[in-house]
Amino acid sequence: MKLIYSRPKSLKKAVFHYCPGCGHSVAHRLICEVIDEMGLQDKTVGIPPPGCSVFAYNYFDVDMAESAHGRGAAVATGIKRAYPEIVVFTYQGDGDLAGIGTAETIHAANRGENITTIFINNAVYGMTGGQMAPTTLRGMKTTTTPYGRDHLLEGHPIRMSEMLAPLEGVAYIERVGVNSPVNIRKTKKAIAKAFQMQLERRGFAMVEILSPCPTNWKMTPVQAWKWVDEEMSKVFPMGVFKDVTEKKDAD
Amino acid sequence: MPKVLMDGNSAIGEAAIRAGCRCYFGYPITPQNELTEYMAMHLSRRKGCAFVQAESELAAINMVYGASLVGSRVMTSSSSPGISLKQEGISYLAACELPAVIVNMQRGGPGLGSIAAAQSDYFQATRGGGHGDYRTIVLGPSSVQELADLTQRAFDLADTYKIPVIILGDGVLGQMMEPVEFKREAPAELPIRQGALRGAKGRPSKIVKTFTSNPAELEEINWSLFRRYTLIKKQETTSETFMTDDARLIVAAYGIAARIAKGAIRTLRAEGLKVGLFRPITLWPFPDEKVRELAKNTEQFLVFEMNMGQMIEDVQLALAGQGEVSFYGRPGGVIPNPNEVGRVISRLYYQKGLK
Repeated sequence: MKLIYSRPKSLKKAVFHYCPGCGHSVAHRLICEVIDEMGLQDKTVGIPPPGCSVFAYNYFDVDMAESAHGRGAAVATGIKRAYPEIVVFTYQGDGDLAGIGTAETIHAANRGENITTIFINNAVYGMTGGQMAPTTLRGMKTTTTPYGRDHLLEGHPIRMSEMLAPLEGVAYIERVGVNSPVNIRKTKKAIAKAFQMQLERRGFAMVEILSPCPTNWKMTPVQAWKWVDEEMSKVFPMGVFKDVTEKKDAD
Repeated sequence: MPKVLMDGNSAIGEAAIRAGCRCYFGYPITPQNELTEYMAMHLSRRKGCAFVQAESELAAINMVYGASLVGSRVMTSSSSPGISLKQEGISYLAACELPAVIVNMQRGGPGLGSIAAAQSDYFQATRGGGHGDYRTIVLGPSSVQELADLTQRAFDLADTYKIPVIILGDGVLGQMMEPVEFKREAPAELPIRQGALRGAKGRPSKIVKTFTSNPAELEEINWSLFRRYTLIKKQETTSETFMTDDARLIVAAYGIAARIAKGAIRTLRAEGLKVGLFRPITLWPFPDEKVRELAKNTEQFLVFEMNMGQMIEDVQLALAGQGEVSFYGRPGGVIPNPNEVGRVISRLYYQKGLK
């Protein structure tokens, strides 16, 4: 019999605690596939955040260390500067990266730290129970925007990829989604590229992943997957925002 | 090596590098900038070393956390308001049993306060400082020479006990110049610390974390930390006494305040007053037993601090009612001279009818 697919080596044989239809488990698997394919399992350190993915270290079979909320980019900076031979990735949610850790993220990007950041954007605080995130869409109801996010009172959804891309230290930024087979394939490619940038020491690389959160969006998994395409990607368009290797590829 | 004339901040930098510190992350704040600048000068272009001027103290302490994770000897420094910001990271370092050296060149507070020397962060330093049940080792140097010596000791203590160590100095110590001799030199290559997170090569992958949904597991982490703290108390508590053998009144002071008190005590001794000095060098663990030992010969203690009275609580706890404790303090960055402190000591001496 031909082996079509098997569990990635760097993904532990553990049962995910994530809700049905959640994007985290897909994102985890894709990162592990990339780590396997690039042969990085024994030279990688991962930094998961507080939030739903705080238990990511139970799934990734690579060295992992917890970070304070939002400080992933600073922790990764310390790791990479002290031991440049290591491959380091941060795994951060929208509250983590775009809220409490905005300063750390912007400055790590601006310094061109050779780190890979996986940014899970699901427009809501998951683990704390569905509060407004910096990326919550206008009009979207959350437990702290019970009347819908009003930009005059609660501000606008923040677009981190667009904001970070112009920084000169940034090598690569792409926004993708894990809401359909096509997008999942694109996401894997983007993750691989973000790791490649680090190996080539080109600077800061980030993949923003639009990720469904059916529980807090109060939708079925299928509705949530559709909502990413129909609503979320209008505010957060998918695509490449920066790629310092683009020109070379065209040659 | 011969003595060199150096300011305290730079002396810490030199001592740290000689202790094998290869990574420094900081953010400018007065009165400790000479240290950040010294590390920029000596680490930022050196192979195998790292220096980052971070965007904030929060970022700096988390970079320290990262560098410690991979096994580096790493340091950060700041002054009072900046140390408040670092408390989050210090709590994580303590929780994850990661060594690091953190320098606090204290200035007057609360709030933005002043840039003049003070000792108002004693509580914050000796009681953990951040959230959760933990302690850090706290060292209280009182001269530039001791800054250098204790910096080197701080790195050893941090590695030995897998704990963040705080050097609690102040603006005077950081700024003043004194002759200093660097007595030690770490080997060019330090062994990689056991448990360093450098990739799962030839071993199973590791996790450094404290978060758990099982309170019993976290309770055991707390117990384990405090078992180590008991060991530190037993093995590392240090203090200095000066002219205490026949003293009827003992002044308790640490850091620069102890230096001022020493000057006053010398003058008073020349006048025939039997006064002495007790100076804790480890502020945590506090030398309780030494205080109790001193209380066998006298029951009069005067605590002198450049704050409104913080270390006095440790002296009172140590004495457990066995002595009488008076207090003199100047907060806000005011630095009394030995004459002023001498007047306070002699007034108390005569008030208590001591001879």
